Amino acid sequence: MKYTPVSPDVIALLEEVTPGRVVVGNAINPDYSRDEMPIYGTHQPEVAIDVHSTAEVSAIMKICHQNNIPVTTRGAGTGLVGGSVPIYGGVVICTAQMNQIISFDEEQFGVVTQPGVLLETLKSEALKRGLMYPPDPGQKLATIGGNVSTNAGGMRAIKYGTTKDYVRGMTVVLADGEVMHIGANVAKTSMGYNLVQLITGAEGTLGVITELVLKLIKAPKLEISVMAPFADLDTALLAVPKIFKSSFRPTALEFFERDILELSESYVGKKVWPREVQGAPVQAYLLMIFDGDDMEEIDPIIEKMADFLLDAGAMDVMVADTVTKINDIWSARSAFLDCIMDSYKLYDENDVVVPIHKISEFVAFFTQEAEQYDFEVRYLGHAGDGNLHIFGVSNTMEEEPFKAQIHLWMEAMYTKALEMGGELTGEHGIGSGKISYFEDYVSERVIGLHAAIKEAFDPKGILNPGKVVRGR
Amino acid sequence: MHILVCVKQVPYAQNIAIDPVTNTLVREGVESILNPFDGYALEAAARLKDANPAIEIHALSMGPPQAEAALRECLAMAADKGYLATDRAFAGSDTLATSYILSETIRYIEREQGISFALIFCGKQAIDGDTAQVGPQIAELLGMAQVTNGLVCELQDNKLFIWRETDEGKEQVAVELPCLATFTKPGFEPRLATVRRRTAARRAEISVIGAQELQESDFNRMGLKGSPTQVKRTFAPTLKAGGVVVDTAQDPAAVAHLAQLLVERHIISTVK
Repeated sequence: MKYTPVSPDVIALLEEVTPGRVVVGNAINPDYSRDEMPIYGTHQPEVAIDVHSTAEVSAIMKICHQNNIPVTTRGAGTGLVGGSVPIYGGVVICTAQMNQIISFDEEQFGVVTQPGVLLETLKSEALKRGLMYPPDPGQKLATIGGNVSTNAGGMRAIKYGTTKDYVRGMTVVLADGEVMHIGANVAKTSMGYNLVQLITGAEGTLGVITELVLKLIKAPKLEISVMAPFADLDTALLAVPKIFKSSFRPTALEFFERDILELSESYVGKKVWPREVQGAPVQAYLLMIFDGDDMEEIDPIIEKMADFLLDAGAMDVMVADTVTKINDIWSARSAFLDCIMDSYKLYDENDVVVPIHKISEFVAFFTQEAEQYDFEVRYLGHAGDGNLHIFGVSNTMEEEPFKAQIHLWMEAMYTKALEMGGELTGEHGIGSGKISYFEDYVSERVIGLHAAIKEAFDPKGILNPGKVVRGR
Repeated sequence: MHILVCVKQVPYAQNIAIDPVTNTLVREGVESILNPFDGYALEAAARLKDANPAIEIHALSMGPPQAEAALRECLAMAADKGYLATDRAFAGSDTLATSYILSETIRYIEREQGISFALIFCGKQAIDGDTAQVGPQIAELLGMAQVTNGLVCELQDNKLFIWRETDEGKEQVAVELPCLATFTKPGFEPRLATVRRRTAARRAEISVIGAQELQESDFNRMGLKGSPTQVKRTFAPTLKAGGVVVDTAQDPAAVAHLAQLLVERHIISTVK
């Protein structure tokens, strides 16, 4: 791809649009060169602008379009596949300061928001009104614009779906600067191609999202966590498909093994989870959330669930039903990613999805595969939807051999996932980190269609180039 | 052997608000929790019971009728019996009156059940009042030996061997039974309730003890009239940070040192 370097003339034009906010060269915050997975490469942009409005974004896009300058949009930069890294330089548009919730629609259960609003802000503001924004990615300091751009998933997907299920409309600035409003705050639409859903998960390659219309639901009044320790992971994972067959509807269903829990608990400095039950060591855990409006509704479900889990081989079934206990029990789970990032010098990750009854087989596969390599493996997962978070980590390897070994391991995992009827990524996206694997994973025709769609939206290929689909 | 654990229901500290006009805690819409230190006291008792299943754990709380929820939580975790001391005559009690009512209630339970408590465990203080007076006062009123700031303990030869936290670190103390011990935060959290215990706890009967049951006690030592101290004003403590000075004038690598401090405290994740 051939792009034009940003010239002083272009900087002057940009300065007219966003006076005082056009940051150039070394003055640019180095955060704008990376996301949370720097192993996929970092790259400093030539210009960075914190934008404040759709009109500003539109004017910037017009200038960059005319001058053939690549534009990468970023929010909080909490992505995990290099999606917000400006690998071709050019201009970075940061929407983090577009952080206003514009209005709540309490009749139609919706919210209009700017893209820079943090997930935790959106959730807590909704909750104040008795409403809930259900998608629940672990990283609550991500922006909602980034969540929509990656179709972020999270723990509550098994009951409430992922981000895409809550996007009803958006304002998008197209590559040439034209502003497009699509969708509306209504429950149904059958109006041509579903562009709203096309741009959701497009990682900023088709347009710049500057406003969102999101669906909310009535917030359940109560939430209870149920935890079951198991003597081995297989028994725990075998119970998972049975839980759904038995019509239990947990809001979340997570699994992890003892070693990852111990690592994470020592990181947060809180020891809550049982390591043994009546003298027998625990090796794996299932952790569930059930929600509802009153205890009378939830209690019988939990009691039946407990009987069911004990039959399925759980060593015991425990419950966290007070605010302190719920915080205690989830703190280790929530800290997992930070714990990995702080504990290891080198890390790479995937978020493969496999059918839930094949999780156990997949875990056996990738742990065995990793035995031939020098890195260590850490993983946990959303047992309820088959979405795993699998890390290769090392404090002793050099970066190049680490990357080379990880690459072989990832390839093996993706081949296996495809064979099992799974998906390459459940919630992190393709970015630049997964692009070559994506090309191998789907057919040429599928890649061709992606390229054609990209071409239709962005013929000059200036929007977040090098992500999702390679340009011409 | 019988162990009594005294517990209090307190407002969840993270959403405490103070009414600016009346200077009292706004309790409306504020979630109530089991006082965390009392949870550690219960866990200490539960660990003694793990080692000796013949031990019976009794949980006692004084408070309004809704404090029953804290007792059910104790039953779900580890307690075998729950008692709630509640009566209008008890309302407005300061720590002295509360300790008196609790000690009289303890005597009543011992009489009624035909038992005597070898151990009484309390949290070192409640997170709402923060006085740390009730546990020691109960020990005084019952004429029992007392140990404060306990962490973990075990029973041996009719003595309680208890590690207690001190300003310098920790020390182990051996106390003859019966005794009262207060507990602070050890290196672990109280156990989670099992679903089965929780189900049983929801249906369990909580014995209610009121003025009727304590009719032989001195009512002048209860409630407002038995309380020599009065709360004049309630206010949120101002946050006092310990404070580390990183001075660029003194330390050429001040920025690096500051960054290192922030990383160590998990305020930022890494410095690249």
